[in-house]
Amino acid sequence: MQAPPRRVQEGQAEMDLSSRIFHALLALLLLAALGWGLSAAGPSGAVFGLFAWLVLGGSLLCIWERSVVRSAFSLLATFGGTAGLFALLGADFLAMAQVLIYVGGILALILFGVMLTPPDPFERKLPRVLAGLVLVGAGAAFLAARVAGGARWAVAAALPQPQTRAAELGVGFLAADQYVVAFELAAVVLTVALVAAVYIARRRRVDLERPDSASAGGA
Amino acid sequence: MGLEAYVAVSAALFALGIVCILVRRNVLYVLMGIEMILNAANINFVAFNRFGSGGIDGQMMAVFVIILAAAEAAVALAIVLNVFYLFHSVKPSAADFLRE
Repeated sequence: MQAPPRRVQEGQAEMDLSSRIFHALLALLLLAALGWGLSAAGPSGAVFGLFAWLVLGGSLLCIWERSVVRSAFSLLATFGGTAGLFALLGADFLAMAQVLIYVGGILALILFGVMLTPPDPFERKLPRVLAGLVLVGAGAAFLAARVAGGARWAVAAALPQPQTRAAELGVGFLAADQYVVAFELAAVVLTVALVAAVYIARRRRVDLERPDSASAGGA
Repeated sequence: MGLEAYVAVSAALFALGIVCILVRRNVLYVLMGIEMILNAANINFVAFNRFGSGGIDGQMMAVFVIILAAAEAAVALAIVLNVFYLFHSVKPSAADFLRE
């Protein structure tokens, strides 16, 4: 009974002037990123510009969108763009893991959260979004200007060829003088976290018929 | 592309994650903002690894960040569902007591 008017309202909101301006701005941002990358470093710079635009445009869209489902799906662009940046940086294994874990796992988890909670289409307040963007953007720009003015990036003189293979990472995980302790700790953390998640997320039925099952469930 | 470009993208993504946490009144947006922030940290790790003195330390750190992000997402989703069952709302300000 509530659904049809809400859907109509959302459809009207889609034709909103502000959202048209926002989408036009996103398209302009893509052109700017591509042009800047092309002028800075040729075709590879254009690819970098495309991935950077995917990352930033996806997260901007996530903040902007009214519906939680669309925000979650716009994170797809962010995670995919990050995987592309990893590939550009020569981290092939990380790019693959990013796609597998973020796009395949974490995004699916967020979508489960979206589906199991009610939507609230009037939760986004445009002035608050704009004020947040302006304030945090100004703060970040100020900090970035300070850092860029004072930092000395010690980039290696002759960049090594990016040839990190998955086997190298595997050796790093398992070699006794490298990361094996952290690897085992990560295994323990994952086990504990997943068991705890299952334990926390189960439906409690203490208030249904047996009041004494609260103590049994808690023990 | 140089190191500065990657660091700039990472800083912008971090700022957008902060904005996402601050301006939306829904716990799920807090989760999404945290994922953005972790991704920004990962881009930094991998970029400094690439432009540093070689080795795979930065990439190992990124792998551990991804592992922790997966664990965090699972636990956070469980907490979100519990908050919704308890308070019948997904506003971050709704969960204002630990037990009745």
